[in-house]
Amino acid sequence: MHPASSIIVFSTLSGAGYGLAALLGVGLLDAAAPATKAAHLTALLLIAAGLVSSTLHLGNPRRAWRAVSQWRSSWLSREGVLAVLAFVPLVGVALFAWLEGRHPPVLGLLGAALALGVVYCTGMIYASLRAVDAWATPLTPLCYLLFALSSGALLAAAFRPSSTGLLALALLALGAAWAAKLVWRRRMFGVTPLSSPESATGLGELGRVRLFEPPHMTDNYLTREMGFRIARKHAAKLWRLALLGGGIVPAALLLLALIAPRPVLAGVVAALAAGLHLLGLLVERWLFFAEARHAVSNYYGR
Amino acid sequence: MTSLPSLPTEKKLGLVIDLDVCVGCHACVVSCKEWNTGGYGSACSDQEPYGRDVSGAWLNRVHSFEIIPEGGEVIGEGGQARIVHFPKSCLHCEDAPCVTVCPTGASYKRASDGIVLVDESLCIGCGLCAWACAYGAREMDLAAGVMKKCTLCVDRIYNATLAEEDRIPSCVRTCPTNARHFGDLGDPQSDVSRMVRERGGFDLMPEQGTAPVNKYLPPRPRTALAPAPMPQEGEASPEGFFGWLDRVLERL
Repeated sequence: MHPASSIIVFSTLSGAGYGLAALLGVGLLDAAAPATKAAHLTALLLIAAGLVSSTLHLGNPRRAWRAVSQWRSSWLSREGVLAVLAFVPLVGVALFAWLEGRHPPVLGLLGAALALGVVYCTGMIYASLRAVDAWATPLTPLCYLLFALSSGALLAAAFRPSSTGLLALALLALGAAWAAKLVWRRRMFGVTPLSSPESATGLGELGRVRLFEPPHMTDNYLTREMGFRIARKHAAKLWRLALLGGGIVPAALLLLALIAPRPVLAGVVAALAAGLHLLGLLVERWLFFAEARHAVSNYYGR
Repeated sequence: MTSLPSLPTEKKLGLVIDLDVCVGCHACVVSCKEWNTGGYGSACSDQEPYGRDVSGAWLNRVHSFEIIPEGGEVIGEGGQARIVHFPKSCLHCEDAPCVTVCPTGASYKRASDGIVLVDESLCIGCGLCAWACAYGAREMDLAAGVMKKCTLCVDRIYNATLAEEDRIPSCVRTCPTNARHFGDLGDPQSDVSRMVRERGGFDLMPEQGTAPVNKYLPPRPRTALAPAPMPQEGEASPEGFFGWLDRVLERL
């Protein structure tokens, strides 16, 4: 699948924003602290930036508002609806922190639930596509949720590095997210494709089916969008880079922050960990698209 | 509404494509583009039509596949493989995933005749329906930023201003070998339904659970080739005039 940069940026940034907002909503950060106020602003900005970015790949972005209408059947529409709804409690919680320096528990929990709901919908958009074997698994939304939580927790830890609990939570979330992703990726390589050139043409009875002549000589929308291919060795290298830079190094940095003598130092180290994690996630997200094979490839010998 | 019709549609209009007859001439591809670029919705635009990287939105494409039987060889070597030309357009699935994923309601399936259509004035061009379609039946029009797909020539089949024989999809009307047939696959008495029954018509990728309406008819079993299609030198002696000539030349 073609990795559209706008979607990669959107799902990574707003994922982190929603993760941080969920943790803020639960009240894991001291609402009176100035850093928490900055954390609220960061979460909202990340979410907003992601949402704006997500409209960039549309053919007709000015009609994007229509996307909230089909929540009965479409996960993309549900994502849109929840994203709009989530803004209300999330901005509310942020206002409470900014103006009164306190945390409203009910509004906060509502915001956290909606924030995670958006991320779940994002994952389900992909998991509901039977035509893409790598994506059609409940592990897909699980990975999206865990990565939102891990990036949110790392950001939260950076805003409140004095909290050992928060640093430990970030470490736990980081481990859980990459563990789930490893299982997801193992499944992707092991899964038997649902369809084959034989079933795609219905000619399997006659023998092995191979594309003899494509319907067009140059690329078209389908081959560009669905037939995207990368060299396997680059994929393996990128995966190792993502795992190292987005998982192992941030984990080591979090451990370092746990034993750092001063909170300021711990804060810097935790912020570095969060930044690296986000960069690693961008690579992970790129691979999520680039490595996924679409059923239409069966018609194109790819 | 992107929810699918709850009841089976009154009619199941669709195509039956005979893979035994198709010669891969691409006439249906061209006539489809020609009709639909001036018909329903925006034109099917081309990008760099006279340039190096020609591409554009087409609603019907013809692939050619080589089928190598068990133990057979690639064509040109053993001569046992066969080529099947394979036209492919929207199958107007009963359980169309392209419809349910649409966030705006632009994609819909008509309850009256089962045709899957795009209301281009609602389409935001997100491309998710094209991702949801296992068959590659949808292509984005890059100029208009909306999704294009086969409409089953909805602007022909009910068009009272056309002559009766023209009220069929453009691809069907054009096919010079009669490989394409149009009709109501929901009516067991229709010509297309009978054809599917008699020839063993099948679905593409039934495992995707989309329940396509369009059906494909398999190539008929090939006539068995002679063990050695080309006689080898000295194998058979000619008869008649050439036999006499042969004998005379032998004696010289």
